[in-house]
This record gives sequence, C-alpha cells and structure tokens, in this order.
Amino acid sequence: MSLGPHLFLALLEGTVTALVLALTALGLSLVFGVMRIVNIAHGEFFMLGAVLAWWFASLVSGWPVVGFLLALILGPLIVGGVAVAADWLILRRIDYDPESTIVATIGLLYIIQQVVLTLYGGDAKAVEAPIYFRVSFPWFGYSGYKLIVAGASALLLVTTWIAITRTEIGLQMRATQLDEEMAQAFGVPVRRVYAAVFALGAMLAAVAGVLVVPIQQAHYLMGGDPLLLSFIVVIIGGLGNLRGTLVAALIIGITDGIISVFFSPTLAKVLATLLVALVLVIRPGGLFGDEDS
Amino acid sequence: MATDNDTDKSPTEADDLPVSRRSVFRSAAALAGAAVAGGVVGRYLGNSQPAAAPAGDDHKPPVQGAKSASAQAAEQVPGRIVKPASGPGERPIKLGFQAHRTGIGAGYGGWYERTTRAAVKVINEIGGIAGRPIELIVEDDGTDPKRGAEVVEKFATQHKVDFAFGTLFSHVVIGSAPRAGELKLPYLVVSEGYHVASGALNRYVFQPGLSDVRSQVTAISSWVMDNLGKKATIIFPDYAFGYNHRDFFGAAVAKLGGTIKALIPIPPTESSFTKYFPKIPSDTELLYHVMVGPGVLTFVREMGEYFGSKRPQIFGFIDSLEGVDMASPGLEFLEGTYFWEGLPRYAGEYPTRGHKFYREKLGLSDSGASVDDAKDVSNNSHMFGCWETLFIIKEIVEQSGYREATPRDREAFIETLENTRWFNEGIEHPQGHKMFIGKTHQSHSQQFISKVVDQKLKVVHRTSIEDSLYEPETDYTKRAL
Repeated sequence: MSLGPHLFLALLEGTVTALVLALTALGLSLVFGVMRIVNIAHGEFFMLGAVLAWWFASLVSGWPVVGFLLALILGPLIVGGVAVAADWLILRRIDYDPESTIVATIGLLYIIQQVVLTLYGGDAKAVEAPIYFRVSFPWFGYSGYKLIVAGASALLLVTTWIAITRTEIGLQMRATQLDEEMAQAFGVPVRRVYAAVFALGAMLAAVAGVLVVPIQQAHYLMGGDPLLLSFIVVIIGGLGNLRGTLVAALIIGITDGIISVFFSPTLAKVLATLLVALVLVIRPGGLFGDEDS
Repeated sequence: MATDNDTDKSPTEADDLPVSRRSVFRSAAALAGAAVAGGVVGRYLGNSQPAAAPAGDDHKPPVQGAKSASAQAAEQVPGRIVKPASGPGERPIKLGFQAHRTGIGAGYGGWYERTTRAAVKVINEIGGIAGRPIELIVEDDGTDPKRGAEVVEKFATQHKVDFAFGTLFSHVVIGSAPRAGELKLPYLVVSEGYHVASGALNRYVFQPGLSDVRSQVTAISSWVMDNLGKKATIIFPDYAFGYNHRDFFGAAVAKLGGTIKALIPIPPTESSFTKYFPKIPSDTELLYHVMVGPGVLTFVREMGEYFGSKRPQIFGFIDSLEGVDMASPGLEFLEGTYFWEGLPRYAGEYPTRGHKFYREKLGLSDSGASVDDAKDVSNNSHMFGCWETLFIIKEIVEQSGYREATPRDREAFIETLENTRWFNEGIEHPQGHKMFIGKTHQSHSQQFISKVVDQKLKVVHRTSIEDSLYEPETDYTKRAL
C-alpha cells in the first residue's frame, strides 16, 4: 500500500482509539481530580459495560438495535449503581484515604473480574453492531460502525464537558475539586458529590465499554488495557486536569495508530510509556497540570 | 475452595496423624472402609493445611464409585476375584488435572474440564482403571506458567497424584514441565505445541492425545499449497505456539516450491487488528492465519472489513475461531474460506461410532455446541485430547501393571507408553487412530480440512497419518529417568 492510504488508515484507527480512550480516561481523571483517589478498578467498569451490553443484546436477541440502545442507556446506569454501592460500602468506610483506596480498588477489581467470570464465563462473546456497514475506500475497507463509535464518543465528551462547566452539579464538582473544606462551608454536600463523581467516572467507562463491544467482544479480562492507557493519558495530561486529559488522549491515540500501522504496536506502547516517564521527570504535574501538584 | 475430605476428621485429629494412621492400619477391617481413611491419611501427611481444591462435587462420587466400579469389574471378569475397595492398595487412581479456569485460557479451559469429567465418568462406569476408580483433582493454574509449576508441585507433594495431565497453553506447559521432571511425575499434556516433540522438555512429559502443530502443518501443507496458492503470508501469535506455525508452514512452503511474502506476528493480548492488515503484500495468493485468545473473532471480522470481496484465498487454523459460533455477526466474510480442524465441529462431517458416543457423553449438539445452550460452542478440535489422554492413561496403567506412585511403577508406566505404537479408533479414541512415537513422546493422527459453506464447516479433505510424519529430532527414551 502506498504512503497516502497507509497514513489515512493509520489516522482513522488513531482517531477512533483516541476518542474512546478520551471517554474512559476522562472518568478516571474526574475521579482523581475531585476525590483525590486513584481508582484501579476503573477498567473493570469498562468491562462491566461491555458485558452488560452482551447481556442486554441476548435478552432481546434478534433486535440488535433495541438491545444496543437498552445497553447504552441501562448499562451505564447499572454500572453507576455498582459504583455508588462501592463508594458507600468501601470508599466511605476507609475515609477516601489515598493509600487504602488503591488497595481497596485493587480488591474491587478482582471481585468484579471473578464475579463476571463466574456468572458470564471465560469466553469472549460477540455483540452485533446496531448499525453495520462497510465503508469501501479505493485502497481498503473500513468498519462503518467504528466511525459511528468515534462520533458518539465525541458527542458524549462534549456533553460531559458541558455538564461539568455549565450545570449546578458541575459547579459543585469543580468547587469540591478546588477546595473541599471551603466547598462544604458553602453548603456543597461533599460526600454526595463524591458518590456522584465516582458513579459518573464509572459510567463514562461503562459507556465506552458498551460502544466498543461490537468491535471487540466482551471478555472478563478486557479491562486491563483501557486502565493502563487511561493512566498513561491522565499522567501525561496532568492528574485531574480534564482539558489535559482530552489533549493527551488525542496525542496518545493518534500516535498509537500511526506508529502501530507503520512500525509495530509494541513500539507504540513503548513510546507511550517512555513519554510517561519523561513527563514524570520533567513536568511531574503533567503537560497541562499545575507545577506544584 | 476448601479441601473436601472424605470423613469429618477435624484438623486437630489430623495433627495426631501418625498415631491414628497406625491404628487405622491395625484395625482396618473394623473401621468403615480403610480405603477412605487411607485417602485421608495420604492427604494429611503432606498437608496439614486445607489445600485448594479437588473440585468439590467430584470428590465423593469416586469413593462411592469405588465399590460399584470394582463390583462391576468383578462381574465382568469371571474367575478373577476383585474385592471391593479395601486397604491402601485398592485406593483410587488419583489424576491431577491442571486446568485453565481463569486467565486467557479460561474459554478453552472450561471445555477441557467438561471433557475430562465426561471421560472420567465413562471410565468409572466401565470399571475404572485396573478396577480402581479415578479420583479427579482439579487445580486452576490461571493460564500462568509460574502458577502452573506450583500446581504441578502441589499435585505431587500435597495431593500425591499418580499422574498429572491436561495442560493446554504452551507457555504454561513449558513453565510446568521442568518441575514435573524434577518431581518425577508423569505429565501428559494436551497442548498442540511442538515443545514436547522437539526434545525441549523431559522424559516425564508426553503428548499422546493430541497431535502437535508440526505434524498438523506437515499434514495439511501440500493440499493447501496445491489448491489455494503458492505465495503465502502468515499471520500468527507472537509466542511459542505461533512460531511453530511460522517455522513449519514456512518450511513446508519453501519445500513445496512456494514463497513466503510476509510474516506478521501479533501480540497474543491484542484487541484491535486493522492496523496489521496493510502489512499483507497485495500479491499474496494465500493468507494463512492462526490466532488464539479473546480477540480472535475481532481479528476475523476486521480482516473481512479490510478485504471485502477482493480477498486472497484464506486458510486458517480453527484455533482462530474455537468456541465461536460460525454464524456470529460479521463472519459472513469467511464464506468459501478454509480451516484446519482436529475433529470436525459438525457431527455429520465425521459420523463414526466413537465420535457419536463421545459427543453424546459430552452433551454436544450436532453443530458442536452444548445441547443446553446453542451459544456455548465447544472447542471440538482440541478438547478430545483430554478424553483420549485419560483412556491412554487407563490403557497404559493396565498394561504396565502400575499400582503405586513409586519410582519403579512410574518407570514401568513410562517405558510401556514409550513402547506403544498404536491407539485404535473407537470410543476411547474418537478422533481416529493414533500413531505414537516413543522417541518424541508425541502422537500423530489424521487431520481435517474444512470449507465454510452456508456458515458451517464442511470437511473437504482428510489427511492420512503418514502425511503428518516427520523425522524425530530427539530421543526421549535415551534420557535419564
């Protein structure tokens, strides 16, 4: 294949990866930004979204569109419910202590994984795409659904952005992020904001999982990669910095696409990890973070 | 899972064990079934901690089965007095099944375990092994080489099994085999990789129930080259199992006058594949693919999206789609492509008596899924290896006079197996005759090539055992025991 189409394919792949990644990483970044905790189980919420999408699809088999829409709406809500329960049962009990939270969410990761393995099984299961068509370029074909995923992710990112910057709950979140005690003094129900943020973070991951499952299939170990990439993105962008997260996701996603297509996917991961190391050494707060954070 | 014990002995009693063991032996007849107690003693000697898991539900039936199996054997063999299980000599044969219950092998592992349980049930029903019932002990290795070695160790030192078997993923086999050799535990893997036959492992490791990648590739390559094309590109997983395919198919292509256009390795945990397809040269006539792991369906589907109707001839190993429904969305593109199968997924494609019996006992539908759940598709090209391996253990134990896990009996088992040449097709060997090569510890069998027609696999060619033979590169029989 000549250079032009090759590059075009790389950009397509990169953009799709970047937008889905942005959605997942935004959840992680939000949780860290507001609650100052690191959620190791974030990838499992992504996986739960995907598995629930399979479950809804098999409930109404023969109607892939209905199953998918159900999954898109109810899947994240269920995952959000799981997150609220986890917040109430675990995180609140350990008073959101950063170190304990890391250990607790590692535990949560294993619990979710093993429950899914027990109830759902170890096989990767496919979900039919709600809309399936093949976009035929002169040089190669491409999945039309992937383009839809990219569009839907972009839309969801914009919506979340608006929710955070323009709504009351968004204001409360930002207030809590800036100064928890001061926010509480001004009547912001900090504990409730925490629960809401934890749920929102999980729901963003779950939505990404639902969107991706017709491309990737649901498997109980699928949460590992999104978690790792989200961490890479969040560290490069600056922990808790939403704008940084978005920009970093685009950088990582698109370079990953290009390097994977032209060289090797392993090299892409090596470079991303190297970039993280460089950022940590040179700008510990992230490219867009505060220097002192 | 906690260890389930045959009696309600508490751990404190277990601590006093040497004493109770002696008393058990002295008053064997008085106690209700010294065989049961013997089993407990054996378990506690190496292990005062409750260890993980002989699969719970399995544990008691074999003991009950002990009587019925022996009783049946007594009925079946007139003139030979087979006492009901009594005394340590009549204890069950303990088999340690190393299962991939979790980790990336969990999909395959589930079916391997079901096949194993079905075979154990059948063997126990027909009288067990040499009149002794099988006690199956299942341990999860997490599809992880390090855990695999620990599981082997646990089998040998805690459970004191007679044989360990059933490992599939090649990296786990390679990680576990050295420990089995050190512990002198016969270890019968069901793994497909060339690592056994290559001589890389040791005298205690065998692969008698499933042919290896080299023999599979050797068997199918001339048909594939003659019928599908001579300019080949190989897509393979980037680890030992994939390298077997790359090397042996690559060598076969060169030998048969073809050319390799490109070799494309893919990391086994990859979840997105479109980025690899531009690496396939446009003058490729034959695309040879073999993928494993959770991403297989995505791989095939993205390949379809990429090529559309302008595809080269495609030949794949069914590993790329084991456990996947051929009618899954996005697989329409595979229509008219070809697959290797170890044993046909669709019942009508190989309707022998043995294959039918095997499928019935396993609860397989005609389309190769579970009869209870049409979406639960089996790994029919691989899992028969567990069934056949268990029957091979039975055959060899009975022929070698193996009784106890002593060095002498184990040597007898190993030497008898090494000197065995044929396993005959039947209910014990539903996949077909097996030619066993003692030097390589490896079986050779027929292979199937199937074409996708109406989203089903239709067998178009069956190779002979001779097609799959190659010159042995090692001689395990000369290694130390």
